[in-house]
Amino acid sequence: MSQERRIGDVILKVDNVSLAFGGVKALTNITFDVCEGEVRSIIGPNGAGKSSMLNCINGFYKPTEGIITFKGESHSQMETHQAASQGIARTFQNIALFKGMTTLDNVMTGRNLKMRKNFLWQSLYYGPAMREELEHREAAERVIDFLEIESIRKTVVGRLPYGLQKRVELARALAAEPDMLLLDEPMAGMNYEEKEDMCRYILDVNDEFGTTIVLIEHDMSVVMDISDRVVVLDYGQKIADGDPDEVRANQRVIDAYLGVQHD
Amino acid sequence: MEVLNTFFIAPVLDMADSPIFLLEVIIGGLMAGVMYSLVALGFVLIYKASGVFNYAQGAMVLFAALTLVGLLDNHVPLILAIILTMIVMVGVAFLIERYMLRHLVNQAQIILFMATIGLNFVFEGAGQIAWGSNVKKLDVGIPENSFEVGGVLINSFDLFAAVTAAVLVGVLAIFFQKTSVGRALRAVADDHQAALSVGIPLKTIWIIVWSVSGFVALVAGIMWGGKAGVQFSLVLIALKALPVLILGGFESVPGAIIGGLLIGVFEKVSEVYWGPAFGGAIEGWFAYMAALVFLMFRPQGLFGEKIIERV
Amino acid sequence: MFYREAGQFKSTYGADQAIFPIVQDRWFMVLVLLVSYVVVPMFADEYWYQAILIPFIILALAAVGLNILTGYCGQVSLGTGAFMAVGAYATYKLSTGFPELNIIIVFLMSGAIAAAVGIVFGLPSLRIKGFYLAVATLAAQFFILWVFNKVEWFFNYSPSGTITAPPREIFSVLITGPEASPEARYYVVLVFLTVFALAAKNMARGHLGRSWMAIRDMDIAAEIIGIRPLQTKLLAFAISSFYCGVAGALYIFCWLGSAETEAFDILNISFPVLFMVIVGGLGSVLGSILGAGFITLLPIFLTNAPPVIGLEISTELQKHIEEIIFGVMIIFFLIVEPHGFNRLWQIAKEKLRMWPFPY
Repeated sequence: MSQERRIGDVILKVDNVSLAFGGVKALTNITFDVCEGEVRSIIGPNGAGKSSMLNCINGFYKPTEGIITFKGESHSQMETHQAASQGIARTFQNIALFKGMTTLDNVMTGRNLKMRKNFLWQSLYYGPAMREELEHREAAERVIDFLEIESIRKTVVGRLPYGLQKRVELARALAAEPDMLLLDEPMAGMNYEEKEDMCRYILDVNDEFGTTIVLIEHDMSVVMDISDRVVVLDYGQKIADGDPDEVRANQRVIDAYLGVQHD
Repeated sequence: MEVLNTFFIAPVLDMADSPIFLLEVIIGGLMAGVMYSLVALGFVLIYKASGVFNYAQGAMVLFAALTLVGLLDNHVPLILAIILTMIVMVGVAFLIERYMLRHLVNQAQIILFMATIGLNFVFEGAGQIAWGSNVKKLDVGIPENSFEVGGVLINSFDLFAAVTAAVLVGVLAIFFQKTSVGRALRAVADDHQAALSVGIPLKTIWIIVWSVSGFVALVAGIMWGGKAGVQFSLVLIALKALPVLILGGFESVPGAIIGGLLIGVFEKVSEVYWGPAFGGAIEGWFAYMAALVFLMFRPQGLFGEKIIERV
Repeated sequence: MFYREAGQFKSTYGADQAIFPIVQDRWFMVLVLLVSYVVVPMFADEYWYQAILIPFIILALAAVGLNILTGYCGQVSLGTGAFMAVGAYATYKLSTGFPELNIIIVFLMSGAIAAAVGIVFGLPSLRIKGFYLAVATLAAQFFILWVFNKVEWFFNYSPSGTITAPPREIFSVLITGPEASPEARYYVVLVFLTVFALAAKNMARGHLGRSWMAIRDMDIAAEIIGIRPLQTKLLAFAISSFYCGVAGALYIFCWLGSAETEAFDILNISFPVLFMVIVGGLGSVLGSILGAGFITLLPIFLTNAPPVIGLEISTELQKHIEEIIFGVMIIFFLIVEPHGFNRLWQIAKEKLRMWPFPY
């Protein structure tokens, strides 16, 4: 850890958010905040509403009630691509890569928002369009370098093994140079070594780029090790919030979750 | 103002003018709709069970009707001819499974769709080589006189067609809901791999579904052929059934039935009352436009459930 | 052995991103251009131009256009015929209305009009997906052709209801209408295909192509990384329709000479062009061209084959046999290589890389 980690002001504030599908309540009056530069985890048993929470934050689900404030801008409803252009990137629980494209293309797609030349320039692939393409290629290569996936640059991602796909997905999210990164179970289905690698990458990202990280994870040891603060959800309600030690000691959490899993 | 009059006021006035005539138009539409439903039903069965968007359904109708007419022309008794035609359709289903579907498992849907367009050519060519391409009269002894109910004129052939379709749908419903083959079919429709993993023989199921669909095509062929003669243009009723499908949903049997009736009525009413305003010949696209507009507001179709997308 | 990248080092990203990164590919392209621009005109006769080459090239252009929409962006369209008709009728109206306007500009303007129509009929793609959208594009197909049939203004009130290409020149060479020489028309359509195929390839490998493929592969994830689905799809519809519109204009002006709406029928255009895209390979510009060659040549081959082997059959029977063989060939091809000529091409290159060693 080269430099002192700085935890700044509140970057994301989730205020009283509820979400319902028809009659089913997925989230009920959730309130919490995320500070700039921290690693914030959301944990909870299956079906607790963790993924729904992330989906609300990046505008994929529209909360039925409540307000989400990101970088000082408040929204009750937001379009997904708006979230992306404000600097929120994410990875998915079930890998959501573009399977027919190469690793490089996937990573470059992460930078699409920053590419502006219109289709007429592109059809020429010359002058400004080419310069733009090359500039972003360099940026993409930096991310590829950082995550050590150079050797699979030109491989179609549909053919890669699971662990590598997860890494490519992280690369795609990072390529967008986000202020906040939402990671939905980045370590699910990985073996011990792969998990360690992934942890290292997450911490490095946080450390080197100062990216705020919101993490959903089931592996308690990982969560407790790398998070600054933890939110616990159960049946769509918040039951605890605090630093790892506090959460570990919280009786409601133990009842709902930890007590069952780690006797 | 004039536009408003021709498109909105005059047609409504026409309708109010003679409710009996309107009723006749609607009934005529329902009868045509029954035919659409029958073809759409064949589509839905195959789509549900094998995920194939079977463009060749129209050609199957033609092929079945041609086979039946060909047998009747050779003085085969009606019942025997129908049975023989059915056997031919089962044989066709077997061939399709053996030489086409089996080799295309797990391909993208568009590939399967394209393959059925190829199949369409084969049916068209084969049917016409075997039985010639002249317009043929198909007479299976359904009476064609008309009678009046409360001042409304009804054609007994249409009535017969409607009853037949209703019976057919009833039989299929029982077949799907109550028999073990039906349960296997529904399982396959839900998830191929899961069905395979519990030991349902996918290949047999496909043959059954294509056979049933062939049977539906035969019934549709008898009805359409009896009405308009058996000819090449029967193939084009596939195009009539497509708006029904997007309206009712590719996977919904009730959707196919209700959608067919709706499109039938809609088409007849618009042709009679709005046709002149548009300059006629609007039946080629009106149903499509109507289904399209409907889908814009309700993308899941008539009976589909609201889709919750997950990531 | 002969086709390999070993020893060709790239020191810049620019060299790595080039359209043909390998020397052998570049030579191959030069060869293809040389053959099509120099060698073919030396040998081709009227029959070759009119029956094979010109329709093949025009339909290849349409197939490239459809491949942008269906292959790259994943939106299946059965309305190709209609979009081509828009281009053809727009060219007819523009060139008869403004006779002094350069015909090339008229072609491009007609493409733009087709693009606008394409955008209108692409709007449902936001809410309707997959085959539902495919069927919805049939609405465009039937409606547009009906309009061109019904509204007499579109065919200048000609009693026969046909549109006829007026004679137009560029650089004082006649290129449209019945008097134009086959060579001139061949060169016009060939230049169009060369330029537009290159442009399509360029768009496909830039960020635009990546957004299209992202929408195709997983639209939700694409939206979450900031790609706007509607704009991206509509742009694909517009560009695809532009290509089809220009192809439609060439179809009448440089090939048929005159036609009715039937020429753009679903069975004459929409399905065959979709076949070309599938047989060629989804998401491949080169594949579209190969597919167009296959689908245009197959019927010609089937028509000419029986007399050659000494078979005498009635035309009626022969038509049906052709239908069957065509259908069987399509199914057979889809079974053998569902990814089309493009994949075969890749495999061939793979093989060449090793040849003559087994591995």
